[in-house]
Amino acid sequence: MVVEPRDADPREVEMGSYEGPLPKPDKDSEVYWEAARRHELLVQQCSGCKRFRFYPRSVCPNCLSDEFQWRPATGRGRLYSFTVIHRAPTPSFRDQVPYVLALIDLDEGVRMMSNVIECDPDVVRIGMRVEVVFEDVTPEITLPKFKPSAGAVD
Amino acid sequence: MLRNAFQRKMAIAGVAESECGHGVGLTILQHQALAAKRALDDAGIDKEEVDAVMAVDFLGLPSLQVAEYLGIKPRFTDTTVTGGSAFETLVEHAVLGISAGLCDVALITYGSTLWSDRRRVTEGGGVDTRMPAAQFESPYGDLSPVSAYALAANRHMHEYGTTGEQLAEVAVSTRRWAALNPRALMREPITISDVIQSPMISSPLHKLDCCLMTDGGGAVVVTSAERARDLRRPPVYVLGSGFSSTHLSISQMRDLTTTGAVDSGRRAFEIAGVTNADIDVVEIYDSFTISVVIGLEDLGFCKKGEGGSFVQGGRLGPEGELPTNTSGGGLSYTHPGALGLFLIIEAVRQLRCDCGERQVAGAEVALVHGIGGWLSSHATLILGR
Repeated sequence: MVVEPRDADPREVEMGSYEGPLPKPDKDSEVYWEAARRHELLVQQCSGCKRFRFYPRSVCPNCLSDEFQWRPATGRGRLYSFTVIHRAPTPSFRDQVPYVLALIDLDEGVRMMSNVIECDPDVVRIGMRVEVVFEDVTPEITLPKFKPSAGAVD
Repeated sequence: MLRNAFQRKMAIAGVAESECGHGVGLTILQHQALAAKRALDDAGIDKEEVDAVMAVDFLGLPSLQVAEYLGIKPRFTDTTVTGGSAFETLVEHAVLGISAGLCDVALITYGSTLWSDRRRVTEGGGVDTRMPAAQFESPYGDLSPVSAYALAANRHMHEYGTTGEQLAEVAVSTRRWAALNPRALMREPITISDVIQSPMISSPLHKLDCCLMTDGGGAVVVTSAERARDLRRPPVYVLGSGFSSTHLSISQMRDLTTTGAVDSGRRAFEIAGVTNADIDVVEIYDSFTISVVIGLEDLGFCKKGEGGSFVQGGRLGPEGELPTNTSGGGLSYTHPGALGLFLIIEAVRQLRCDCGERQVAGAEVALVHGIGGWLSSHATLILGR
Protein backbone atom coordinates (compact mmCIF):
# COMPACT_ATOMS: atom_id res chain seq x y z
CA MET A 1 0.00 0.00 0.00
CA VAL A 2 1.26 3.42 -0.90
CA VAL A 3 0.38 6.07 1.64
CA GLU A 4 -2.07 8.34 -0.10
CA PRO A 5 -0.88 11.91 -0.21
CA ARG A 6 -3.29 14.48 0.99
CA ASP A 7 -3.02 18.20 1.28
CA ALA A 8 -2.13 19.48 4.70
CA ASP A 9 -4.79 21.83 5.89
CA PRO A 10 -3.10 24.73 7.65
CA ARG A 11 -6.33 25.44 9.51
CA GLU A 12 -5.78 22.26 11.50
CA VAL A 13 -2.70 23.79 13.10
CA GLU A 14 -3.10 26.61 15.52
CA MET A 15 -0.58 29.28 14.63
CA GLY A 16 2.39 29.50 16.95
CA SER A 17 1.18 26.71 19.22
CA TYR A 18 4.10 24.37 18.51
CA GLU A 19 7.31 25.12 20.39
CA GLY A 20 9.33 21.99 19.65
CA PRO A 21 12.52 22.08 17.58
CA LEU A 22 11.67 22.39 13.90
CA PRO A 23 13.72 21.31 10.91
CA LYS A 24 15.11 24.12 8.80
CA PRO A 25 14.90 22.74 5.27
CA ASP A 26 17.98 23.38 3.14
CA LYS A 27 18.93 22.66 -0.45
CA ASP A 28 19.45 18.98 0.33
CA SER A 29 16.17 18.53 2.12
CA GLU A 30 13.58 21.01 0.84
CA VAL A 31 12.01 18.44 -1.51
CA TYR A 32 11.73 15.98 1.38
CA TRP A 33 10.03 18.46 3.68
CA GLU A 34 7.74 19.77 0.95
CA ALA A 35 6.63 16.20 0.31
CA ALA A 36 6.12 15.57 4.01
CA ARG A 37 3.84 18.60 4.05
CA ARG A 38 1.78 16.84 1.35
CA HIS A 39 1.89 13.69 3.53
CA GLU A 40 4.29 11.89 1.26
CA LEU A 41 7.46 10.19 2.44
CA LEU A 42 10.21 10.49 -0.16
CA VAL A 43 13.64 8.94 -0.14
CA GLN A 44 16.50 9.51 -2.53
CA GLN A 45 17.68 6.74 -4.84
CA CYS A 46 21.11 6.97 -6.42
CA SER A 47 20.96 6.88 -10.22
CA GLY A 48 24.41 5.29 -10.32
CA CYS A 49 24.37 2.39 -7.87
CA LYS A 50 20.59 2.38 -7.31
CA ARG A 51 20.92 2.45 -3.53
CA PHE A 52 18.41 4.28 -1.43
CA ARG A 53 19.76 6.72 1.12
CA PHE A 54 18.61 8.68 4.12
CA TYR A 55 19.01 11.54 5.14
CA PRO A 56 18.87 13.42 1.83
CA ARG A 57 22.20 14.63 0.49
CA SER A 58 23.75 15.82 -2.74
CA VAL A 59 26.02 12.83 -3.32
CA CYS A 60 25.64 9.09 -2.80
CA PRO A 61 27.49 7.89 0.32
CA ASN A 62 28.11 4.61 -1.52
CA CYS A 63 29.43 5.71 -4.93
CA LEU A 64 29.55 9.54 -4.75
CA SER A 65 27.33 9.91 -7.80
CA ASP A 66 25.53 13.23 -7.68
CA GLU A 67 22.62 11.98 -9.76
CA PHE A 68 19.60 10.71 -7.94
CA GLN A 69 15.83 10.51 -8.02
CA TRP A 70 13.26 11.09 -5.34
CA ARG A 71 11.15 7.97 -4.81
CA PRO A 72 8.00 7.57 -2.78
CA ALA A 73 8.68 5.23 0.12
CA THR A 74 6.14 2.63 1.13
CA GLY A 75 6.09 4.25 4.54
CA ARG A 76 6.36 0.85 6.11
CA GLY A 77 9.21 -0.57 8.08
CA ARG A 78 10.45 -2.36 11.16
CA LEU A 79 11.61 -0.98 14.48
CA TYR A 80 15.40 -1.38 14.79
CA SER A 81 15.63 0.07 18.29
CA PHE A 82 13.81 2.50 20.56
CA THR A 83 14.01 4.26 23.88
CA VAL A 84 11.25 5.68 26.04
CA ILE A 85 12.26 9.19 27.00
CA HIS A 86 11.22 10.20 30.50
CA ARG A 87 13.11 13.48 30.84
CA ALA A 88 12.17 16.19 28.36
CA PRO A 89 15.14 17.48 26.34
CA THR A 90 13.53 20.93 26.14
CA PRO A 91 10.53 22.48 27.92
CA SER A 92 8.46 21.94 24.77
CA PHE A 93 8.55 18.15 25.36
CA ARG A 94 7.48 18.31 29.02
CA ASP A 95 3.85 17.48 28.35
CA GLN A 96 4.82 14.63 26.03
CA VAL A 97 6.98 12.47 28.31
CA PRO A 98 7.14 9.53 28.38
CA TYR A 99 7.38 9.18 24.61
CA VAL A 100 9.03 6.76 22.21
CA LEU A 101 12.13 7.78 20.24
CA ALA A 102 12.85 5.14 17.63
CA LEU A 103 15.07 4.06 14.77
CA ILE A 104 12.99 2.65 11.92
CA ASP A 105 14.36 0.53 9.10
CA LEU A 106 12.14 1.34 6.14
CA ASP A 107 11.42 -1.46 3.70
CA GLU A 108 13.55 0.44 1.16
CA GLY A 109 16.55 -0.38 3.34
CA VAL A 110 17.19 3.03 4.88
CA ARG A 111 17.02 3.95 8.54
CA MET A 112 15.45 7.03 10.03
CA MET A 113 14.83 8.42 13.49
CA SER A 114 11.26 9.21 14.44
CA ASN A 115 8.66 8.70 17.14
CA VAL A 116 6.28 5.80 17.53
CA ILE A 117 2.90 7.29 18.38
CA GLU A 118 -0.73 6.30 18.63
CA CYS A 119 0.10 3.50 21.06
CA ASP A 120 1.12 2.96 24.67
CA PRO A 121 4.96 3.05 24.96
CA ASP A 122 4.69 -0.24 26.89
CA VAL A 123 3.58 -2.17 23.80
CA VAL A 124 6.49 -1.03 21.62
CA ARG A 125 8.92 -3.82 20.75
CA ILE A 126 12.10 -4.03 18.70
CA GLY A 127 11.28 -5.74 15.41
CA MET A 128 7.64 -4.65 15.34
CA ARG A 129 6.15 -3.52 12.03
CA VAL A 130 5.34 0.18 11.83
CA GLU A 131 3.91 2.54 9.25
CA VAL A 132 4.19 6.23 8.65
CA VAL A 133 1.70 8.82 9.88
CA PHE A 134 2.07 12.53 9.30
CA GLU A 135 1.90 15.06 12.07
CA ASP A 136 1.29 18.63 10.91
CA VAL A 137 3.10 20.53 13.62
CA THR A 138 3.08 23.98 11.97
CA PRO A 139 1.58 25.29 8.73
CA GLU A 140 4.99 24.78 7.10
CA ILE A 141 6.32 21.66 8.77
CA THR A 142 4.91 18.16 8.90
CA LEU A 143 6.89 15.50 10.76
CA PRO A 144 6.73 11.92 9.50
CA LYS A 145 6.09 9.72 12.53
CA PHE A 146 5.19 6.04 12.88
CA LYS A 147 2.48 3.92 14.43
CA PRO A 148 2.33 0.16 14.89
CA SER A 149 1.01 -1.59 11.77
CA ALA A 150 -2.28 -3.43 12.09
CA GLY A 151 -1.66 -6.64 14.00
CA ALA A 152 1.83 -5.55 15.14
CA VAL A 153 0.85 -5.20 18.79
CA ASP A 154 0.47 -8.43 20.77
CA MET B 1 57.01 3.14 9.77
CA LEU B 2 54.08 4.01 12.00
CA ARG B 3 55.17 1.52 14.62
CA ASN B 4 58.61 3.12 14.66
CA ALA B 5 57.11 6.30 16.10
CA PHE B 6 56.03 4.40 19.19
CA GLN B 7 58.33 1.59 20.41
CA ARG B 8 58.75 3.25 23.81
CA LYS B 9 60.22 6.30 22.11
CA MET B 10 57.53 8.73 23.28
CA ALA B 11 56.26 9.31 26.77
CA ILE B 12 53.75 11.15 28.89
CA ALA B 13 55.83 13.16 31.32
CA GLY B 14 53.25 15.15 33.25
CA VAL B 15 49.54 15.02 34.06
CA ALA B 16 47.16 17.08 36.17
CA GLU B 17 43.58 18.15 36.67
CA SER B 18 42.51 21.65 37.54
CA GLU B 19 39.75 21.60 40.15
CA CYS B 20 36.89 19.38 39.08
CA GLY B 21 33.38 19.30 40.44
CA HIS B 22 30.39 21.51 41.06
CA GLY B 23 30.66 25.24 41.73
CA VAL B 24 34.41 25.41 41.13
CA GLY B 25 34.13 28.99 39.89
CA LEU B 26 36.89 28.91 37.29
CA THR B 27 36.55 29.93 33.65
CA ILE B 28 37.32 27.54 30.80
CA LEU B 29 40.72 29.19 30.31
CA GLN B 30 41.48 29.23 34.04
CA HIS B 31 40.82 25.49 34.15
CA GLN B 32 43.28 24.92 31.33
CA ALA B 33 45.88 27.29 32.74
CA LEU B 34 45.73 25.71 36.20
CA ALA B 35 45.89 22.18 34.80
CA ALA B 36 48.74 23.14 32.44
CA LYS B 37 50.74 24.73 35.26
CA ARG B 38 50.24 21.67 37.45
CA ALA B 39 51.07 19.22 34.65
CA LEU B 40 54.27 21.09 33.81
CA ASP B 41 55.16 21.14 37.53
CA ASP B 42 54.39 17.44 37.71
CA ALA B 43 56.78 16.80 34.83
CA GLY B 44 59.33 19.29 36.12
CA ILE B 45 59.50 20.87 32.70
CA ASP B 46 59.76 24.60 32.03
CA LYS B 47 57.03 26.38 30.11
CA GLU B 48 59.69 27.72 27.73
CA GLU B 49 60.29 24.19 26.50
CA VAL B 50 56.70 23.76 25.33
CA ASP B 51 56.59 24.17 21.58
CA ALA B 52 53.27 22.48 20.79
CA VAL B 53 49.89 23.39 22.22
CA MET B 54 46.93 21.12 21.64
CA ALA B 55 43.80 22.49 23.24
CA VAL B 56 40.23 21.37 22.90
CA ASP B 57 37.54 23.25 24.76
CA PHE B 58 34.82 23.80 22.18
CA LEU B 59 35.54 27.55 22.11
CA GLY B 60 36.64 29.34 18.94
CA LEU B 61 40.35 28.75 18.27
CA PRO B 62 41.37 26.87 21.39
CA SER B 63 45.03 26.06 20.72
CA LEU B 64 45.81 29.67 19.82
CA GLN B 65 43.77 30.96 22.76
CA VAL B 66 45.41 28.68 25.32
CA ALA B 67 48.88 29.34 23.89
CA GLU B 68 48.28 33.09 24.08
CA TYR B 69 46.86 32.86 27.63
CA LEU B 70 49.91 30.90 28.79
CA GLY B 71 52.39 33.03 26.85
CA ILE B 72 53.52 30.23 24.57
CA LYS B 73 54.38 30.73 20.89
CA PRO B 74 53.97 27.22 19.55
CA ARG B 75 55.46 25.88 16.33
CA PHE B 76 52.93 23.08 16.22
CA THR B 77 49.27 23.01 17.21
CA ASP B 78 46.39 20.63 16.87
CA THR B 79 42.76 20.98 17.82
CA THR B 80 41.00 17.81 16.84
CA VAL B 81 37.26 18.08 17.35
CA THR B 82 36.05 14.50 17.55
CA GLY B 83 34.21 14.75 20.87
CA GLY B 84 35.33 13.08 24.07
CA SER B 85 37.91 10.84 22.41
CA ALA B 86 39.88 13.78 20.98
CA PHE B 87 42.50 13.63 23.73
CA GLU B 88 43.60 10.08 22.99
CA THR B 89 43.96 11.22 19.38
CA LEU B 90 45.91 14.31 20.43
CA VAL B 91 48.41 12.08 22.26
CA GLU B 92 48.77 10.14 19.01
CA HIS B 93 49.28 13.37 17.08
CA ALA B 94 51.80 14.58 19.65
CA VAL B 95 53.73 11.33 19.26
CA LEU B 96 53.75 11.71 15.48
CA GLY B 97 54.62 15.41 15.68
CA ILE B 98 57.56 14.83 18.02
CA SER B 99 58.66 11.82 15.99
CA ALA B 100 58.64 13.87 12.79
CA GLY B 101 60.58 16.70 14.39
CA LEU B 102 57.68 19.17 14.28
CA CYS B 103 57.90 19.76 18.02
CA ASP B 104 59.64 18.49 21.16
CA VAL B 105 57.23 19.07 24.03
CA ALA B 106 53.46 19.00 23.52
CA LEU B 107 50.98 20.38 26.02
CA ILE B 108 47.46 18.99 25.67
CA THR B 109 44.71 20.82 27.57
CA TYR B 110 40.99 20.69 28.17
CA GLY B 111 38.67 22.89 30.18
CA SER B 112 34.93 23.02 30.63
CA THR B 113 32.30 24.78 32.70
CA LEU B 114 29.58 22.31 31.78
CA TRP B 115 28.04 22.24 35.24
CA SER B 116 28.16 26.00 35.76
CA ASP B 117 26.62 26.55 32.36
CA ARG B 118 23.91 24.00 33.24
CA ARG B 119 23.97 22.80 29.72
CA ARG B 120 22.04 19.64 29.11
CA VAL B 121 24.00 18.46 26.13
CA THR B 122 27.65 17.48 26.22
CA GLU B 123 30.51 17.00 23.83
CA GLY B 124 30.61 20.10 21.75
CA GLY B 125 27.32 21.60 22.72
CA GLY B 126 25.04 19.29 20.79
CA VAL B 127 23.81 19.90 17.32
CA ASP B 128 24.43 22.93 15.14
CA THR B 129 21.20 23.84 13.39
CA ARG B 130 22.95 23.41 10.04
CA MET B 131 23.79 19.78 10.75
CA PRO B 132 21.54 17.07 9.30
CA ALA B 133 20.74 15.78 12.80
CA ALA B 134 19.05 19.11 13.53
CA GLN B 135 16.52 18.26 10.82
CA PHE B 136 16.30 14.49 11.14
CA GLU B 137 16.77 13.83 14.87
CA SER B 138 16.14 16.89 17.05
CA PRO B 139 12.49 17.40 15.96
CA TYR B 140 11.72 13.98 17.43
CA GLY B 141 12.86 14.99 20.89
CA ASP B 142 16.08 13.01 21.21
CA LEU B 143 17.60 13.54 24.65
CA SER B 144 21.15 13.89 23.41
CA PRO B 145 23.44 12.23 24.22
CA VAL B 146 21.60 9.86 26.61
CA SER B 147 19.01 8.67 24.11
CA ALA B 148 21.63 7.67 21.54
CA TYR B 149 23.32 5.37 24.05
CA ALA B 150 19.91 4.17 25.23
CA LEU B 151 19.07 3.10 21.67
CA ALA B 152 22.30 1.10 21.60
CA ALA B 153 21.62 -0.39 25.03
CA ASN B 154 18.13 -1.49 24.09
CA ARG B 155 19.36 -3.10 20.90
CA HIS B 156 22.15 -4.85 22.85
CA MET B 157 19.55 -6.20 25.27
CA HIS B 158 17.39 -7.35 22.37
CA GLU B 159 20.20 -9.13 20.53
CA TYR B 160 22.13 -10.59 23.45
CA GLY B 161 19.80 -10.68 26.43
CA THR B 162 21.84 -8.12 28.35
CA THR B 163 19.93 -6.94 31.43
CA GLY B 164 19.53 -3.69 33.31
CA GLU B 165 21.10 -5.39 36.34
CA GLN B 166 24.20 -6.19 34.28
CA LEU B 167 24.50 -2.58 33.14
CA ALA B 168 24.05 -1.52 36.77
CA GLU B 169 27.06 -3.66 37.72
CA VAL B 170 29.24 -1.20 35.82
CA ALA B 171 27.93 1.72 37.88
CA VAL B 172 28.38 -0.21 41.13
CA SER B 173 31.97 -1.29 40.39
CA THR B 174 32.89 2.19 39.23
CA ARG B 175 31.48 3.71 42.41
CA ARG B 176 33.59 1.30 44.46
CA TRP B 177 36.68 2.71 42.75
CA ALA B 178 35.45 6.26 43.35
CA ALA B 179 35.14 5.51 47.05
CA LEU B 180 38.93 5.03 47.01
CA ASN B 181 39.63 8.25 45.09
CA PRO B 182 39.69 11.42 47.22
CA ARG B 183 39.19 13.50 44.05
CA ALA B 184 35.95 11.72 43.08
CA LEU B 185 32.70 13.63 43.33
CA MET B 186 30.43 10.70 44.20
CA ARG B 187 31.94 8.33 46.78
CA GLU B 188 28.97 6.83 48.64
CA PRO B 189 28.59 3.12 47.85
CA ILE B 190 25.64 2.15 45.66
CA THR B 191 23.94 -1.16 44.93
CA ILE B 192 22.46 -2.66 41.79
CA SER B 193 19.06 -1.97 43.22
CA ASP B 194 19.96 1.72 43.74
CA VAL B 195 20.79 1.97 40.04
CA ILE B 196 17.62 0.19 38.90
CA GLN B 197 15.48 2.26 41.23
CA SER B 198 17.02 5.59 40.26
CA PRO B 199 14.77 7.61 37.94
CA MET B 200 14.47 6.34 34.39
CA ILE B 201 15.94 8.93 32.04
CA SER B 202 15.83 7.27 28.62
CA SER B 203 14.99 3.58 28.85
CA PRO B 204 16.80 1.35 29.60
CA LEU B 205 19.18 3.91 31.11
CA HIS B 206 18.48 5.16 34.63
CA LYS B 207 19.99 8.22 36.22
CA LEU B 208 22.79 6.15 37.79
CA ASP B 209 23.60 4.62 34.38
CA CYS B 210 24.53 8.13 33.25
CA CYS B 211 27.72 10.09 33.84
CA LEU B 212 27.99 13.15 36.06
CA MET B 213 27.98 16.71 34.84
CA THR B 214 30.78 18.78 36.33
CA ASP B 215 33.20 21.61 35.66
CA GLY B 216 36.84 20.74 35.24
CA GLY B 217 40.03 20.82 33.27
CA GLY B 218 43.07 18.72 32.65
CA ALA B 219 46.46 18.73 30.98
CA VAL B 220 48.96 16.20 29.72
CA VAL B 221 52.58 16.77 28.68
CA VAL B 222 54.01 14.55 25.94
CA THR B 223 57.68 14.46 25.00
CA SER B 224 60.33 12.06 23.77
CA ALA B 225 61.24 9.21 26.08
CA GLU B 226 64.81 10.47 25.97
CA ARG B 227 63.77 13.87 27.36
CA ALA B 228 61.27 12.31 29.74
CA ARG B 229 63.88 10.12 31.39
CA ASP B 230 65.65 13.25 32.69
CA LEU B 231 62.47 14.69 34.20
CA ARG B 232 60.97 14.55 37.66
CA ARG B 233 58.61 11.61 37.27
CA PRO B 234 59.04 8.19 35.67
CA PRO B 235 58.03 8.30 32.01
CA VAL B 236 54.89 6.52 30.92
CA TYR B 237 55.47 5.27 27.39
CA VAL B 238 52.96 5.58 24.58
CA LEU B 239 53.02 2.04 23.19
CA GLY B 240 50.29 2.24 20.61
CA SER B 241 47.25 4.09 19.36
CA GLY B 242 44.35 3.68 17.00
CA PHE B 243 41.35 5.66 15.81
CA SER B 244 38.13 4.85 14.04
CA SER B 245 34.91 6.66 13.25
CA THR B 246 31.89 5.02 11.66
CA HIS B 247 29.28 7.81 11.72
CA LEU B 248 28.37 11.01 13.53
CA SER B 249 24.65 10.97 14.30
CA ILE B 250 23.22 7.84 15.91
CA SER B 251 20.64 7.23 13.17
CA GLN B 252 23.54 6.76 10.74
CA MET B 253 25.19 4.02 12.81
CA ARG B 254 24.49 0.78 11.00
CA ASP B 255 25.01 -1.75 13.79
CA LEU B 256 24.28 -0.21 17.18
CA THR B 257 25.99 -2.99 19.11
CA THR B 258 29.39 -2.93 17.36
CA THR B 259 31.48 0.22 17.36
CA GLY B 260 34.63 1.68 15.88
CA ALA B 261 36.44 0.38 18.97
CA VAL B 262 36.91 -2.90 17.09
CA ASP B 263 39.22 -1.16 14.62
CA SER B 264 40.79 1.43 16.91
CA GLY B 265 41.59 -1.27 19.47
CA ARG B 266 43.02 -3.69 16.92
CA ARG B 267 45.31 -1.01 15.51
CA ALA B 268 46.51 0.06 18.96
CA PHE B 269 47.23 -3.53 20.01
CA GLU B 270 49.10 -4.21 16.76
CA ILE B 271 51.31 -1.15 17.12
CA ALA B 272 51.96 -1.83 20.80
CA GLY B 273 52.68 -5.50 20.19
CA VAL B 274 50.63 -6.55 23.21
CA THR B 275 47.39 -8.49 23.71
CA ASN B 276 44.39 -8.20 26.00
CA ALA B 277 46.07 -10.56 28.45
CA ASP B 278 48.85 -8.00 28.94
CA ILE B 279 46.49 -5.23 30.03
CA ASP B 280 46.54 -4.57 33.79
CA VAL B 281 44.28 -1.51 33.92
CA VAL B 282 41.45 -0.42 31.62
CA GLU B 283 40.06 3.10 31.34
CA ILE B 284 37.04 3.20 29.02
CA TYR B 285 34.98 6.31 28.50
CA ASP B 286 31.98 5.56 30.73
CA SER B 287 29.57 8.23 29.60
CA PHE B 288 26.96 5.55 30.24
CA THR B 289 27.15 2.04 31.63
CA ILE B 290 26.44 0.56 28.19
CA SER B 291 29.55 2.28 26.76
CA VAL B 292 31.73 0.12 29.00
CA VAL B 293 29.90 -3.12 28.18
CA ILE B 294 30.13 -2.56 24.42
CA GLY B 295 33.67 -1.19 24.74
CA LEU B 296 34.94 -4.29 26.56
CA GLU B 297 33.46 -6.50 23.85
CA ASP B 298 34.76 -4.46 20.94
CA LEU B 299 38.23 -4.12 22.46
CA GLY B 300 38.44 -7.90 22.73
CA PHE B 301 38.20 -8.43 26.49
CA CYS B 302 35.20 -10.70 25.92
CA LYS B 303 33.14 -11.93 23.00
CA LYS B 304 30.46 -9.84 21.33
CA GLY B 305 27.27 -10.16 23.31
CA GLU B 306 28.96 -11.45 26.46
CA GLY B 307 29.74 -8.04 27.94
CA GLY B 308 26.75 -8.16 30.27
CA SER B 309 27.77 -11.38 31.97
CA PHE B 310 31.46 -10.39 31.80
CA VAL B 311 30.98 -7.35 34.04
CA GLN B 312 29.04 -9.32 36.67
CA GLY B 313 30.46 -10.35 40.01
CA GLY B 314 32.57 -7.23 40.47
CA ARG B 315 35.03 -8.17 37.74
CA LEU B 316 35.72 -4.49 36.94
CA GLY B 317 35.95 -3.29 40.52
CA PRO B 318 38.70 -3.27 43.17
CA GLU B 319 39.80 -6.89 43.70
CA GLY B 320 38.26 -7.75 40.34
CA GLU B 321 40.14 -9.49 37.54
CA LEU B 322 40.02 -6.50 35.21
CA PRO B 323 40.39 -3.21 37.09
CA THR B 324 38.37 -0.76 35.01
CA ASN B 325 37.78 2.96 35.42
CA THR B 326 39.87 3.05 38.54
CA SER B 327 39.35 6.78 39.17
CA GLY B 328 35.61 6.32 39.42
CA GLY B 329 35.24 7.40 35.79
CA GLY B 330 32.61 9.65 34.34
CA LEU B 331 29.98 7.86 36.36
CA SER B 332 31.39 8.81 39.76
CA TYR B 333 34.66 10.78 39.56
CA THR B 334 34.08 13.66 37.18
CA HIS B 335 32.60 14.45 33.79
CA PRO B 336 33.18 17.99 32.56
CA GLY B 337 31.61 17.31 29.17
CA ALA B 338 34.47 15.25 27.81
CA LEU B 339 36.32 12.61 29.77
CA GLY B 340 39.07 11.54 27.39
CA LEU B 341 41.87 13.52 29.02
CA PHE B 342 40.96 12.33 32.52
CA LEU B 343 41.15 8.69 31.41
CA ILE B 344 44.75 9.32 30.33
CA ILE B 345 45.58 11.09 33.60
CA GLU B 346 44.32 8.13 35.64
CA ALA B 347 46.13 5.54 33.51
CA VAL B 348 49.39 7.47 33.87
CA ARG B 349 48.94 7.67 37.65
CA GLN B 350 48.26 3.93 37.86
CA LEU B 351 51.39 3.15 35.84
CA ARG B 352 53.44 5.43 38.09
CA CYS B 353 51.99 3.77 41.20
CA ASP B 354 50.62 7.14 42.36
CA CYS B 355 47.15 5.92 43.22
CA GLY B 356 47.29 5.18 46.93
CA GLU B 357 44.33 3.14 48.12
CA ARG B 358 43.11 2.46 44.61
CA GLN B 359 46.49 1.44 43.19
CA VAL B 360 46.34 -1.65 41.00
CA ALA B 361 49.29 -3.68 42.25
CA GLY B 362 52.00 -4.15 39.66
CA ALA B 363 50.22 -2.27 36.89
CA GLU B 364 52.53 -2.20 33.88
CA VAL B 365 50.28 -1.79 30.85
CA ALA B 366 47.09 0.24 30.62
CA LEU B 367 44.50 0.57 27.90
CA VAL B 368 42.70 3.90 27.52
CA HIS B 369 39.69 4.12 25.26
CA GLY B 370 37.99 7.39 24.39
CA ILE B 371 34.55 7.62 22.82
CA GLY B 372 33.21 10.76 21.19
CA GLY B 373 29.85 11.96 20.00
CA TRP B 374 27.12 9.35 19.79
CA LEU B 375 29.33 6.23 19.83
CA SER B 376 30.82 8.03 16.83
CA SER B 377 34.57 8.36 17.36
CA HIS B 378 36.81 5.82 19.02
CA ALA B 379 40.43 6.34 20.01
CA THR B 380 42.49 3.76 21.86
CA LEU B 381 45.84 4.31 23.56
CA ILE B 382 48.03 1.67 25.09
CA LEU B 383 50.42 3.00 27.72
CA GLY B 384 53.16 1.23 29.60
CA ARG B 385 55.87 1.82 32.14
